[in-house]
Amino acid sequence: MLAEHFPALLVVTPLVAAPLIVVVRSARAGWAMALAACLAAVLMAAQLLARVAASGPVSYAIGSWPPPWGIEYRVDAASALVALLVSAIGTASVVYARRSAAAEIGGERLYLFYALMMLCLAGLLGMVVTGDAFNLFVFLEISSLSTYVLVALGRDRRALTASFQYLILGTVGATFYVMGVGILYLATGTLNLADLAVRLPQAADPRAATVAIAFITAGLGLKLAMFPLHAWLPGAYAHAPSAVSAFLAGTATKVAIYALARIWFSVYGADALLRDIPVAPVLAALSVAAAFIASGAAIVQDDLKRMLAYSSVGQVGYITLGLSLATEPGVAAAIAHVVNHGVTKSALFMLAGAMALRLGGTRFSDLAGVGRTMPVITFAFVIGGLSLIGVPGTAGFVTKWALAGAAIRAGQPVFAAVVLLSSLLAVAYIWRFVECAYFREPPAGAPAPGEAPASMTGTALALTAAVVAMGLHGAPVLGAAGRAAAALMGGAR
Amino acid sequence: MRTDVILRVVAKLLIPFALMFALYVQFHGDFGPGGGFQAGVIVAAAVIFYGVIYGLPAARRAVPDRAVELMVAAGVLLYAGVGVAGILLGGNYLDYFVLASDPVHGQHRGIFWVEAGVAITVSGVMLKVFYLFAGRGRDPEDEA
Repeated sequence: MLAEHFPALLVVTPLVAAPLIVVVRSARAGWAMALAACLAAVLMAAQLLARVAASGPVSYAIGSWPPPWGIEYRVDAASALVALLVSAIGTASVVYARRSAAAEIGGERLYLFYALMMLCLAGLLGMVVTGDAFNLFVFLEISSLSTYVLVALGRDRRALTASFQYLILGTVGATFYVMGVGILYLATGTLNLADLAVRLPQAADPRAATVAIAFITAGLGLKLAMFPLHAWLPGAYAHAPSAVSAFLAGTATKVAIYALARIWFSVYGADALLRDIPVAPVLAALSVAAAFIASGAAIVQDDLKRMLAYSSVGQVGYITLGLSLATEPGVAAAIAHVVNHGVTKSALFMLAGAMALRLGGTRFSDLAGVGRTMPVITFAFVIGGLSLIGVPGTAGFVTKWALAGAAIRAGQPVFAAVVLLSSLLAVAYIWRFVECAYFREPPAGAPAPGEAPASMTGTALALTAAVVAMGLHGAPVLGAAGRAAAALMGGAR
Repeated sequence: MRTDVILRVVAKLLIPFALMFALYVQFHGDFGPGGGFQAGVIVAAAVIFYGVIYGLPAARRAVPDRAVELMVAAGVLLYAGVGVAGILLGGNYLDYFVLASDPVHGQHRGIFWVEAGVAITVSGVMLKVFYLFAGRGRDPEDEA
């Protein structure tokens, strides 16, 4: 009985948790409430994923106004999978944040951090479940505004600059998106995504559709850190508190990718994209540039978190490369990489945060000899790094293999070569960490051997274990991603 | 502005009417221009006006920080609570039709409470922003 309301409750639970935390004004209680809301979201997302797989998409009319007049929440195989990823990473980040945020943010306003995490989670989940183009914008802004503040909570003043830069660029991105939606609304008179898919081909002026997709692609491209619109990401991820970096790396860009795929394939459709509007080749070119240039930039960073951030831009390139193929295997590989890379990068940011907590920073000079002072964390980081490279037995391999296969099947073997060659750059930046962690002497005055607090280490190791599990047994994620791609590309949903 | 008698007297005269007008904008929002957002802004403007004329500490005594923070949260909770009430009464989230036996009356009731929630949060946020900016870099007690 309650289960039929899960599409709405998935968003409402964290949305209500945020003001409740503000009322309670206690970091301890706030943490517990945030964790409870996250766990509830995970359970609801898992139930929705199972239900969607069994009996098809779920539609929910907010306020009982039937779509397309009212706002429709619509959960299909794609949105349920991304919702599960977001809520699971959110849960892990909240568990991790109890010690990490207490150390990095602290103070009597710590409870506001948990309220912001919940607002951000509500916004991201809302973007995923909504079936309404304008409602998506509202949730995009809810998640973005809370993200700006979360980034600004970082330890030093550079976090403020990074946050401000993200605020400016993120607002530009959101504005471009809403301009695109406005044009679509003018051309078709509807905001419901499924209804748009029906009415767009009948629109009087086909140029409106072209202009709208350009605006929307550029706007969401900014939010998903599509090369060369990624300038905000390295600073934001490097200077945000560790728990926030871990949360955002696995969710924020991934949800923007989902939104882009939703509009590309569910509203416009793969045929129209390839035939009428040349966005796919443009995206392919930018993806290749991201895979090489951003991964190359990762090699020369002198800060571990900044290196991971540039690596994220490169990895987003693989995902958008899969989308640009505009074939079902390509989109499936992209969605699978959203999941696998999301988990991998969250794990890596958590491990980096654990190092930062004990060593006081994540510059490579701080990390010299960390393999001796924090052996478990360092080893887990290397495993996560192998997943970034795409070594067999890790999650990264499964999806890079699927992506290369999809490229070959789409008649684009050159993209398979791109995936392989750019992975060599990942070898270089991960090796830099290995060299620094294992082959350098710890600096004088380094802390005695020992690990970070158990809650942080445990969460990070659990995610690392998930990376290996998804690498050894890739079928569940690939299967779910395949169903997600079929749902995304099923034309009018 | 302790000594500006005219300002102080005019403020005292105007503020009750501003608050009254806010209520009008709030409750007339169903039928004409207005609604919770505008009413919330007017309420906050009245308090900010009071703060500008009588000093920040006086405004903080009238509407304490703790109350402002509660308002920020309470409005959202009220809004979301109306949505949950819809579920509990057998409808969908934010379903106003089921809030009363007559669906049209239910719509009135639903939007009444939702707009009340909007007004509370908007005026809370406006005041929070004012307090934060006005209170920056000064001891709360040394206001003349």
